[in-house]
Amino acid sequence: MNTAAAAVTHRPRDEALWRAGNGACVGCGMSLGLQWLDQALDEERPYLIVPASCAVVTPGSHPATAYGVPMVASTFAGSAAVATGVSRIARLNGETEPIVCWAGDGGTYDIGMATLSAAAERNEDVIYFCYDNEIYGNTGGQRSSATMPGVKTTTTPSGKTEPKKDIMAIMAAHRVPYAATLSLSNRDDFMRKMETARQTQGFRFLVMLSPCPAGWKSDPARGIELARLAVGCGLFPLYEVFDGVRYRINERPDGTPLTDYMAGQGRYKSKTIDVDAVAAGIAEQQAHLEALERAFPARGDE
Amino acid sequence: MTRALMSGNHTAGYALIAAGEANRGARGCCSGVYPITPQTEIIEYLCAARLTKGAIVPVESEHSALNVCIGASINGARSFTASSSNGVLYMAENLFAAANYRLPIVMAVSNRTVGPPWNLWADQGDSLALRDAAWLQFYCESHQDLADTILVAFRVAEDARILLPAIVAQDGFLLSHTQMVVDLPEQGLVDRYLPPLELAHRLDPAHPRAYGGMTWPRDTVKQREEQQASMDLVPAVLEEALDEFADVFGRRPDGALTAEFTEDADTVLVACTTMVRTAREVVKRRRAAGEKVGLVKVKLFRPFLRDQFVQAVGSARRVAVLDRNHAPGSGGIFWTEAATSLRSRPDIVVQDYIVGMGGGNVTPADIDGIVDDVQQRGGSDAPVFIREVAV
Repeated sequence: MNTAAAAVTHRPRDEALWRAGNGACVGCGMSLGLQWLDQALDEERPYLIVPASCAVVTPGSHPATAYGVPMVASTFAGSAAVATGVSRIARLNGETEPIVCWAGDGGTYDIGMATLSAAAERNEDVIYFCYDNEIYGNTGGQRSSATMPGVKTTTTPSGKTEPKKDIMAIMAAHRVPYAATLSLSNRDDFMRKMETARQTQGFRFLVMLSPCPAGWKSDPARGIELARLAVGCGLFPLYEVFDGVRYRINERPDGTPLTDYMAGQGRYKSKTIDVDAVAAGIAEQQAHLEALERAFPARGDE
Repeated sequence: MTRALMSGNHTAGYALIAAGEANRGARGCCSGVYPITPQTEIIEYLCAARLTKGAIVPVESEHSALNVCIGASINGARSFTASSSNGVLYMAENLFAAANYRLPIVMAVSNRTVGPPWNLWADQGDSLALRDAAWLQFYCESHQDLADTILVAFRVAEDARILLPAIVAQDGFLLSHTQMVVDLPEQGLVDRYLPPLELAHRLDPAHPRAYGGMTWPRDTVKQREEQQASMDLVPAVLEEALDEFADVFGRRPDGALTAEFTEDADTVLVACTTMVRTAREVVKRRRAAGEKVGLVKVKLFRPFLRDQFVQAVGSARRVAVLDRNHAPGSGGIFWTEAATSLRSRPDIVVQDYIVGMGGGNVTPADIDGIVDDVQQRGGSDAPVFIREVAV
């Protein structure tokens, strides 16, 4: 059999999309995200297209896999294009399974950007899910364009000097039918957005802040709490954009100090970090979002 | 029979569409496409075609063009694309992925020099740079050869014993932009020749598999051994495919290697693509003058059939290899294969001629000069570079 590259799932399909026995780190946000994706899709079984990332390494090595649904590993930049081919043929054959790209921030904000942009522009019938841990985690923690300013990584040993790329603005500019931010601290919001994505046709973009104890130098037990603090201080705002033009903010900052979020993370322990400047950037981002929502609110039925 | 005056690019487009359409009763066909000179007319032809069950997807790069094919193929569709030059190199990592996933994708390549500096014309440095990607590589000498070989390539690639992707190459401009009369394979016959694609390891929600996760050294070696085993079966499967082609279409395209006038030849030229046609005329003329000169046409470069090559060279004592490509630090790439194949015969001259690089015209005079040169040599030497004579 010429299928040496394909690992066979040995358990019946009614088990989890992401099964026990995988090699994800303790406290991995991506791992929890996959379990929530499974729960959100309920009876629907997706096809996963996964570029080079932790999500392609941690399910185990050939011939075993933790994935309980079809999973195709793509080259690093290529998930949205491979998903295009899978999706076109599925739909040509009347098959309705969700086609889900499951990519990290490196594969999304950086090397996969052109591919992602093109698939969004073509409005492919694909759910693109980015688990954003703001770092190249799988290679040991290098900066990406999703890394926050001030953060120490192995390639920014004195702290990153550039702001984080606004991926949601980029995706909204493509006028995709649906784009949303998701947090592991807000499960109901996560599930509702997944349901909206599931019921929407065309290209859907979801991005989740994904706690990464190894990269963030944080306590694995505090991942959900850090995700909550990120929403609370406004660093990771929860909102959704319909057709790229109508906005809804789902949760507003609750006054949590940015320093509370940073305190539990070694990556923010930098002498050169300018907390006030980072906080000012967050406030500006929130004001911008508020203005967009006021001017272009989502419809009541959305 | 439909005879038409067709360019090489439109001939390739016609054959790709006919092959895709032949899968309409199964899971259909798909192509990711992106323009690059000199193959652009192929993808324009694909985009203008009406498919019963298929999708031609114009994407933002060659990298994505091949990835669309990979996604479609792994989901069971007949998939194909076309490219040239830097486009082939831009999709390089995905060529390896396609072969490692054992996906029978067919790509028409209109060969063009890799840049920068930019040069639009024919040489084979593009597809030959990807010679280790586990794709079959066919090099065609005429428009008819191109039409027929594309169909043969699907047949061989999709054979359950092979399951490897295939490049079918033509010289940019020399074939791609010239026109010849072609017997266009009729759709009904193509339907007979290319049965519905049943890819046993395609995506299946009822039997989920993970494609391309972590693989340890032992399984990596096993995978390469399987690729090698399939490559080793290509000669036999190709012969079957050619026999079947002859049954269906009433003509038999040339096979992997063709020996012409070699029985008693003392000097043999080795060539591929359009150079074969010029070399053939030179050989015929010198034969008429009583010289024992022969020609070995190499159509299938990957796998390279070493034993058959040695057999084709026969008892010749001088072999001149025409290479429209160059691997700096090594030499001509066809020469490397020829010399390796003939290592059991250290007594003979196997001389490398780098000719037609960058799309330079290869004239009968050039080839006459090569024959004259190899005939006076006492041993093999460094590659001889032949520059196009300015017109």
